[in-house]
Amino acid sequence: MLELRRRDFLKTLGGGLLVMMTAESDVLAQESGRRSANEELPTNVAAWLHIAPDGKITAFTGKVEVGQNIRTSLTQAVADELHVAPNMVTLVMGDTARTPWDMGTFGSRTTPTMAPEMRKMAATAREALIAQAAKETGKPKDHLRAWNGGVFYAQSKIGTPYGDLASRIDWVGVIGNADVVTAPAHWQVAGTDLPKINASEMVTGKHKFVSDLKLPGILYGRVLRGPVPGAKLFSADTSAAAKMAGVVVVRDGDFVGVAAIDERAAEKALASIEAKWEEKAAEVTSPSAFGAVGSGRPKDATPVRSSYQVAYIAHVPLEPRAAVAEWQDGKLTVSTGTQRPFGVRSELAAAFALPETDIHVLMPDTGSGYGGKHSGECAIEAARLAKGAGKPVKLIWTREEEFQWAYVRPQGNIHVMSAVDANGKVVSWNFVNWASGPAGLKSPYDIDEAQRTEKFLEAKSPLREGSYRGLASTANHFARESHMDEIAAQIGMDPLAFRMNNLKNERLKAVLSAATDKFEWSKQKATASRGFGLACGFDKGGNIACCVEIAVSPSRQVKVERVVAAWDCGAIVNPNHLRNQVEGAIVMGLGGALFEEVEQANGKIQNPRLSQYRVPRFTDVPKIDVILIDRKDVPSAGAGETPIVGIAPAIANAIFSATGLRIRSMPLLPALARA
Amino acid sequence: MDLTINGQRRSIHSDPERPLLWVLRNELDLTGAKYGCGEGQCGACTVLVDGVAHRSCITPVYTVAGREITTIEGLADGERLHPVQQAFLDCDAMQCGYCTCGMVLSAVALLRKSPTPSETEIKQKLDGNLCRCGTYNRIVAAVHKAAGVIQASNKEPHHA
Repeated sequence: MLELRRRDFLKTLGGGLLVMMTAESDVLAQESGRRSANEELPTNVAAWLHIAPDGKITAFTGKVEVGQNIRTSLTQAVADELHVAPNMVTLVMGDTARTPWDMGTFGSRTTPTMAPEMRKMAATAREALIAQAAKETGKPKDHLRAWNGGVFYAQSKIGTPYGDLASRIDWVGVIGNADVVTAPAHWQVAGTDLPKINASEMVTGKHKFVSDLKLPGILYGRVLRGPVPGAKLFSADTSAAAKMAGVVVVRDGDFVGVAAIDERAAEKALASIEAKWEEKAAEVTSPSAFGAVGSGRPKDATPVRSSYQVAYIAHVPLEPRAAVAEWQDGKLTVSTGTQRPFGVRSELAAAFALPETDIHVLMPDTGSGYGGKHSGECAIEAARLAKGAGKPVKLIWTREEEFQWAYVRPQGNIHVMSAVDANGKVVSWNFVNWASGPAGLKSPYDIDEAQRTEKFLEAKSPLREGSYRGLASTANHFARESHMDEIAAQIGMDPLAFRMNNLKNERLKAVLSAATDKFEWSKQKATASRGFGLACGFDKGGNIACCVEIAVSPSRQVKVERVVAAWDCGAIVNPNHLRNQVEGAIVMGLGGALFEEVEQANGKIQNPRLSQYRVPRFTDVPKIDVILIDRKDVPSAGAGETPIVGIAPAIANAIFSATGLRIRSMPLLPALARA
Repeated sequence: MDLTINGQRRSIHSDPERPLLWVLRNELDLTGAKYGCGEGQCGACTVLVDGVAHRSCITPVYTVAGREITTIEGLADGERLHPVQQAFLDCDAMQCGYCTCGMVLSAVALLRKSPTPSETEIKQKLDGNLCRCGTYNRIVAAVHKAAGVIQASNKEPHHA
């Protein structure tokens, strides 16, 4: 079995260099429990790297690019270990026929888990090339060096090209060896500002997103939607649509869709369908089901108790879900924008009762995700339409569909009861998150384990909920960091001094110091029209501190004018892209903090358009200073998520400093208007 | 109906009410203009019509017949990028890149009208273009940079 699969990869790659890996169990570490039941990680064979006879290097990863710039950072990792320029390396990503199985691109896992694996493979390849050169030349290995695509003896300028050496190596049985990986202090390509790999294709429009793909004879799909997800189709009269020129109607149980020669014909055909739906009421749990919080606290401690809310929000990836599906001889190929190409392959296999080997899912670099593109419904719909029509079909969800038929970040209520002693130490901490999730639940502050409870209670939601950048870490940090401010206010302590007084975590203290120094926190004095707030947090290996300055008008309009954030996620792989991620997370977090809110009634979203659902725009964005702390002694953690958690509580705290009003509900602006 | 796109005459056979976006994308294979919202709210579909930024998703194709349409595919001078495109590269002013084509064209239109815009003006004039990844400040920096490059090249004698 093992040998067979290895040969399959040899065939796929046409010989050359193949490197095996043993996947580590931590790749399975997952935040939302979506662990694949039967899927084996490719421990037997995974081809991660290929060196062609011309020396070009191709690396393979199941991870996908949605704007977080891992195409760039993983290329840096491979180039670094093979001692070549990054333009010698091409990354194949998220292609179920070519790349090793991968659970998906989420949870900030690429940098801490995938980059080390790829480094291990590339470093092992480098050593194998050197060993081969030693064998061929009779020179001792430690006098040979791999550099810029060739292996050279001592200071000689004449070496043997990688491509030649690779073609003479028997790669079967060359197993990745983590011992030969380069330490961050010796990185050459990583640690530098390599620009985004395919940026020039983005500025010229040459990059083909899924929604840009076209195949000969392609039809354009639309799907009939009920009033809300879960509504049952009672009847659908498709006779008018079926008579239209260039239109195919596809029905399969409750699924009704059309595929047509152009998008306009599809739209007209869809509009002509008369359908009746049976609705069922959405099941919900009310927050009152949430039990009492609190336990015994020391007698002389001051109690503080408060509750916080977060609203449903939407990801709003600028490219909505899209898929292009084609059937050939009973086999299915789907290009789709997803964070889980292998997961979507499983969904397709289940939907069409096909073996996964008959399904090929590809994921071109996609127009963002933010945790919102885990699921494969658009791929399944496109495949259903293509099957029914007997032709390739492209389906791009409308913006309204993306709002209503994808999933939202959960809402939640968080109840906190704490107590603080006369020295400003938190001595009791009871924290219950109802509905929004467990990520970032545990306080990083130094609180006696016996005196703290941190719980998450699940709830039923009228809306379909799912992953989101940072998950509930945003909600939990909003509650925790607002509450820390409330305690500080209650005992009359400066918010920074109070936090420092309760922190032992040196890395978190370091980001807090870095941000507040740059912000000149100690010099800032709030007035009725100007507020200052700070917050800090830790999740998934990253430490963030955020200071904000806001202007407040007499009518309580709030403008965030300045943000200073400090971030530490270990050794920095690409400073400029890391900065970009932190900035982007702050801007995204600003939307959820101030005004984003999905409004729903009985499971139907009331504001499913960009004219109704406000996301941050140019004029909302403050000056943002990002301080990066490079810890070459600490393995790199991911940065796509955690930088989002500091901004909301920092703004809430700034609002309090200016107005004396404690806003405990996100989004803050409507809550402030009601206060 | 005849359209002039990127300096070329293109004959199209289309419902006159059909949005320009879908004519470009599905009939002419010019996919640089993107669908984002269908209601002119996000700017991903931006193209230039007689040098002015238009939301092609809400522009019926008949309204641009006979006018000069520039899409992102026609912006560079052969292999030489337009200064705005180059500035976006220099400033790494993107993440996923889906908004980029529309941003670039909106910025080109802005600089044609206002060659040395202030930060406030850039933000106000580009406020109709969304970057959900949040690279706004980088885009502002890129527009400033491009403005400087265009100004400098206009001062060179051979451009005078």
